Amino acid sequence: MDEREKIRIMVAKPGLDGHDRGARILSRYFRDAGFEVIYTGCHQTPEQIASAAIQEDVDLVGLSCLSGAHRFLFARVVELLREQGADDIVVIGGGIIPEHDFPSLYQAGIKAIFTPGASLESIVAWIQENVKTGSKNE
Amino acid sequence: MYFSKETPTVSSELTEKWERELAGAIKDNPEQKTRFTTQSDFDIKRLYGPQDIETLDFARDIGVPGNFPYLRGHQITGYRSKYWTFRMFSGLGSARDTNQRWRLLLREGNTGLSTAFDFPTLMGYDTDSPRARGECGKCGVAIDTLDDMMTLVAGIPIDQVTTSMTINPPATVLWAMYIAAAEATGVPAWKIGGTIQNDMLKEFIAQKTFMCPPEPSVKLISDTIEFGTKYVPRWNPISISGYHIREAGSTAIQELAFTLRDGIEYVEDVIRRKGLDVDEFAPRLSFFFNSHIDFFEEICKMRAARRMWARIMRDRFKAKNPRSLWLRFHTQTAGCSLTAQQPLNNITRTAIEALAAVLGGTQSLHTNSFDEVLCLPSEEAATIALRTQQIIAEESGVVNTIDPLAGSYFIEALTCEMEAKAWEYIEKIDQMGGMIAAIKRGYPQMEIADAAYNFQLQLDSREKTQVGVNKYVAREEQKVPLLQIDEQVEEEQIERLNEVRRRRDWKAVKTSLQELKDACKRGDNVMPACIAAVKNLASIGEICDVYREVYGEYLDPGLF
Repeated sequence: MDEREKIRIMVAKPGLDGHDRGARILSRYFRDAGFEVIYTGCHQTPEQIASAAIQEDVDLVGLSCLSGAHRFLFARVVELLREQGADDIVVIGGGIIPEHDFPSLYQAGIKAIFTPGASLESIVAWIQENVKTGSKNE
Repeated sequence: MYFSKETPTVSSELTEKWERELAGAIKDNPEQKTRFTTQSDFDIKRLYGPQDIETLDFARDIGVPGNFPYLRGHQITGYRSKYWTFRMFSGLGSARDTNQRWRLLLREGNTGLSTAFDFPTLMGYDTDSPRARGECGKCGVAIDTLDDMMTLVAGIPIDQVTTSMTINPPATVLWAMYIAAAEATGVPAWKIGGTIQNDMLKEFIAQKTFMCPPEPSVKLISDTIEFGTKYVPRWNPISISGYHIREAGSTAIQELAFTLRDGIEYVEDVIRRKGLDVDEFAPRLSFFFNSHIDFFEEICKMRAARRMWARIMRDRFKAKNPRSLWLRFHTQTAGCSLTAQQPLNNITRTAIEALAAVLGGTQSLHTNSFDEVLCLPSEEAATIALRTQQIIAEESGVVNTIDPLAGSYFIEALTCEMEAKAWEYIEKIDQMGGMIAAIKRGYPQMEIADAAYNFQLQLDSREKTQVGVNKYVAREEQKVPLLQIDEQVEEEQIERLNEVRRRRDWKAVKTSLQELKDACKRGDNVMPACIAAVKNLASIGEICDVYREVYGEYLDPGLF
């Protein structure tokens, strides 16, 4: 039984994209909001992200992609987590993501998508409402 | 002294009188904010006057165009003889797709080309690398081998049009391909003109497209500068870039300071490593700035940059050739100022930013398309962006006189203040032992992170406004047609790459890759071996694997 009080978050940059402004701002904001934060840095493969998320026992993975490769990369991270029995980890995504890609991303298992203009507060509020510490996520 | 002796005194007296009157007026009509700041959070005074620029010396600090300190531009004729180059940045899908977009842009009045590559190309991977999955053609054109480069430039008069390539870690490879493609169409290397971005320091600082550690990365850049000086004299082998520093969230002053300090680092390396005289290569160094939404701040930044570089080259490096003192720069309007909400508003933002770049004296300009915050530009959106430049050039009248804002109390005072703050940063980085040392300490990275974070908090608290995002929010979002890159592009590109692999002489490829590796190990200039390798149809991934093997790989430290 996990007695941890703080929600543990991994902010990750899958693929070759280097646009990390949003990911780094969010990492800092999450930390200031009282979450535990791990930031992977750029250029992570989905395999690296999934295995790091499991090793670090995080409650949530926040994926950021601005290169247009989100369709493949986001879905692949969720798939790998499932394969490794870690489907309790909530995965959300953000970046330059056209609305017409939302349905397929939701279907792939991404729980929320935040696009440019989303306030930091609104993202934190979503997490507080939808993510619990330890392995209590449905 | 800039004015008659009495002017600052008279002005100070009048200003004091005005301030007394103002105090009463503000009681009745309070100001709308407690602080009036630039986009970069720089405090702006209510009023500027002669007393704010009284220490300026006209000849020393302002002068005339084409003369030191080049505050007013290095072109003696300004835009009256020649406009800036209309250089729309474009690249999408396959080489064939991009070639078609280039032809459209040239038909519509684009006067220079500028290439956006996809991420596998930018990072030096082949399209079929496991690291490249899902990325092909998404944010630019995919180039794997010389074959793709030949398709990209097919039918383009490359002896007349200059081509810029936004390429950094694999800059040697793409430049080699361009040189080889030109030769194949009968244009010798000395005749081609263009630019490779090839600025790795700003990658470690901001854009995060990296491959090898900082020291060998700078060595490769010095190789290109040396090679260009000798064999490709019309080429700009580097575009020292503030653009990405700003996009990562820096202030205008940080953009100015870090960019010029990067420039200093490259000049020092070429002199030390290659033994060239500064005047042999400095005239081919070029720069690249962002034009953000704060109109005056941008104009002052560009003017300050020109004066600072002239002083750096003259005083620090003892350059004698006037061309070594010139800061020639390309500008792009700020991608990060665009909003996904009410995207048509981006046309207005881009127009303001483009006008600032022109009043700042840019040599070349890309205007963002209104849909770039959502996807790659559609044809219609790219055409509107190009038309924005044409309207500024040919309708607005701002090109009639050179540096029209010179002498404005505010403009000159802000230019000086930004310059002074930028010198402070440069001195600090000098004290750290230079930019590579500063990067290793995470110094510029964290300065930018602080500024970006501060700006985001100001947006969230509505201290700063973004129309359509935190004010004047629309209930119904505008729908704009989005350009989509088909997933099929990836399959087709991999097929083409495999076809080239089957067709080429594998023995020759292997030999040329070995020769490149030997050149790297010996510390020789890599360009001759790199050109030989691309001519044998070695792929970008194969060549970059050599660099990665010899020099090692750099991993993002993930600072936040």
